[in-house]
Amino acid sequence: MSAASSTSQPSLFARLWYDKDNRSIVVQIIATVVLLWFFGSMVLNAITNLTAQGKGFSFAFLSQPASYDINQHLIPYTSRSTHLQAMWVGIINTLLVAVAGIILSTILGFTLGVLRLSKNWLVNKLAYIYIEYVRNVPVLLHILLIHGIIIHSLPRTREAWSVLSDKAFISNRGLFMPSPDFLPMFKFVLAAFIGAIVFAWLFRRFARSLQAKTGTQLPVFWVSLIAIIGLPIIAFIGTGQPINWEYPALKGFNFQGGMVIRPEFLALWLALSLYTAAFIAENVRAGILAIDHGQSEASMALGLPRNRTLNLVVIPQALRVIVPPLSSQYLNLAKNSSLAIAIGYMDITATLGGISLNQTGRAMECMIIVMAIYLAISLTISGTMNYYNKRIALVER
Amino acid sequence: MAELNTDKQYSPGEHPQLPPPFKTRGADLWLRENLFSSPTNIVLSILAIYLLYKVLPGILDWTLLDAAFTGSDRNECRAKAGGACWAFIGERLQLFTYGFYPLEERWRVNLSFLFLVISAIALLWENCPLRKPLMGFAILFPFIAAFLLVGGNGVKLVVGIVCIAVVLLLVYRGFSSLFAMILAIVTAVLLKFVFFGGIGVPFTDIHINGLVNLEQFTQLNLKKVSSDLFGGFMLTLIIGITGIAFSLPLGILLALGRQSNLPIIKYACVLFIEFIRGVPLITLLFVASTMLTYFLPPGTTANLLIRVLIMVTLFASAYMAEVVRGGLQALPKGQIEAADALGLKYGPAMRLIVLPQALKISIPSIVNTFIGLYKDSTLVVVIGLLDPLGIGRASLADTKWNGLTNEVYLFVAFFFFVSCYGMSRYSLYLENKLHTGHKR
Repeated sequence: MSAASSTSQPSLFARLWYDKDNRSIVVQIIATVVLLWFFGSMVLNAITNLTAQGKGFSFAFLSQPASYDINQHLIPYTSRSTHLQAMWVGIINTLLVAVAGIILSTILGFTLGVLRLSKNWLVNKLAYIYIEYVRNVPVLLHILLIHGIIIHSLPRTREAWSVLSDKAFISNRGLFMPSPDFLPMFKFVLAAFIGAIVFAWLFRRFARSLQAKTGTQLPVFWVSLIAIIGLPIIAFIGTGQPINWEYPALKGFNFQGGMVIRPEFLALWLALSLYTAAFIAENVRAGILAIDHGQSEASMALGLPRNRTLNLVVIPQALRVIVPPLSSQYLNLAKNSSLAIAIGYMDITATLGGISLNQTGRAMECMIIVMAIYLAISLTISGTMNYYNKRIALVER
Repeated sequence: MAELNTDKQYSPGEHPQLPPPFKTRGADLWLRENLFSSPTNIVLSILAIYLLYKVLPGILDWTLLDAAFTGSDRNECRAKAGGACWAFIGERLQLFTYGFYPLEERWRVNLSFLFLVISAIALLWENCPLRKPLMGFAILFPFIAAFLLVGGNGVKLVVGIVCIAVVLLLVYRGFSSLFAMILAIVTAVLLKFVFFGGIGVPFTDIHINGLVNLEQFTQLNLKKVSSDLFGGFMLTLIIGITGIAFSLPLGILLALGRQSNLPIIKYACVLFIEFIRGVPLITLLFVASTMLTYFLPPGTTANLLIRVLIMVTLFASAYMAEVVRGGLQALPKGQIEAADALGLKYGPAMRLIVLPQALKISIPSIVNTFIGLYKDSTLVVVIGLLDPLGIGRASLADTKWNGLTNEVYLFVAFFFFVSCYGMSRYSLYLENKLHTGHKR
């Protein structure tokens, strides 16, 4: 910026840098160039390196036979199936443990959170000790520890604990349970179940409109519960119990027939649930504590009994505080399920990201698919929770 | 209570100090209020006591009362006691601490640890004597520790430290940070030119010889130690502290980028943060171990530990960015507007007004992110690094000590519990201390 130019016309640099609008454009152009250069050189490097190894980039390997076994598969799979099929088995196993974990951790977490607020000193302190122990130890250790305990402390196949006079067995190879074989008549039970849900929904609508009109309150919860449990049972008995149970039996070295919950699944499921429950408990506690005392006092002053105060005043407001951190706990649980690989539960990381990757050597392709799947799962969970959060959110001006 | 005579008349000031009625004091009241205040509470208390009665003796027996603390192999342990065999942990304690770090060089690890303790005290304890110089030391600590642990030529480290110190001093004295950084880079290049065998001009064959070559003075050289030998709790601390030290500045930059008005920068940051937060750390570690080398220029290699450290830092910085963003959003808009009204540019406005307040609000969450990162460092065992879990699993392969998995896992769990619980207590203390005036 020489003295001559600064008198009338500012220099080019000054015009580009000291003007706010121009500067933002300049900065963004620089950023774009740097980013493009960075990613461009990464892609170029990858292409050079892959061609040097004679690999190229292709997803054709997915249709080749996988030639490894997966012990837990909910869809048909043999070692002659393709890598693509192995991927689907892995996805389903991941989803299974994630969904089961989310359900169990929510139940445990809310229970623990309430216990943590209990006025009972002993219960309060026990919940505190549990939560602090679980939160401060890595989840991988929990998984390994619980897996170790299941493997080492449950009896071997020969000495398996028999439950309900040989209808189910517990051994260190897993929980062997009878598997249901549905007869054609079972569809009536199913129909009764769906009918009960529809009935409960209609009844709730009716009860709401009745309460809006007359103020009379109907026992919606109990009626729905009885309908949803009762109707299918009546249908089940009425149609002559249309289920054949196939019981597991000891043949050779292991149990044959029936259903099995494997120790790997059990360990992963329990560890993830127990770990996440401790975090959820803290969120629940914080959420309930965040509600002003005045709210429950006002509600009681209006003459609402304690349970209604909880259901109608405290919990709806506490949920608003609880749900956002809750959804990130769900996300963590789903992502932590990838630790399955440490104990040999065959989820998507262990199938496609583990054995398939090592067998085909296609690291790039496998990792891209695995990451895309986890991104999809994460986006689904956060989308659902955002929707739920919007529904319960406070509607302000 | 015999002295409680209602008929007796006392003149004012002469009423005797009577103890409160029996039911409203002491252990009885405490029990009544805390354990048996209602039917539900009575049931809960009885259940809890039953649970403790069932579980506690077994745990105590296994871990302490019926455990073997000495012995040379598993059978000897089993012969002595029916519970845990801690002799195994005792024998492998060195391995658990240092990994396979060479025996004669372990003083370097110990010295780094001492420096770590000093830095931690300076950072965490507000009334620490000599806090300011020690804080400077804490900022330099990662570089000093890296030099101590890896080894190599110490002169370069000294030069590096001088450059960083120059930057810090200038920024502290109120110079623009951009200017300070440029100055430091110029200093570094000059120092390299003068003292380290000269400098080559990029993309040409031109090489200008330096005046003195300090690298020939080998007194400051430390023997190089391959990072394959790193392991145990030392590795956990290395991963945790590297992640902590580098993810915070990176996270702050990402958070500021995400809040920026410039769409390209904003969406680049959003994409990065959401991508990292959407995938598990383990897949990123797989990327580090299997495919990161594909993205480097052909012929270059980075060792596994460096790749893992980069990934862990990136991973933690995305979470840190979200935490800092929370702090930025909690700040009233008036603060930024006031900074604008004072005519402050973006840099000073952020550095002097926005960030100090935003970071203060988010300190507890930052500590929580650190705890998470620290715990996540165990995952490196999956890609074959020898953190305490990896050491434990390797030790279990020894036939002498076969099958002692529970001892190993519990020992490692104990280590993590102590350090993480300490950190969370500190975060709680900070939360209480900072809970002044910022209640909204």
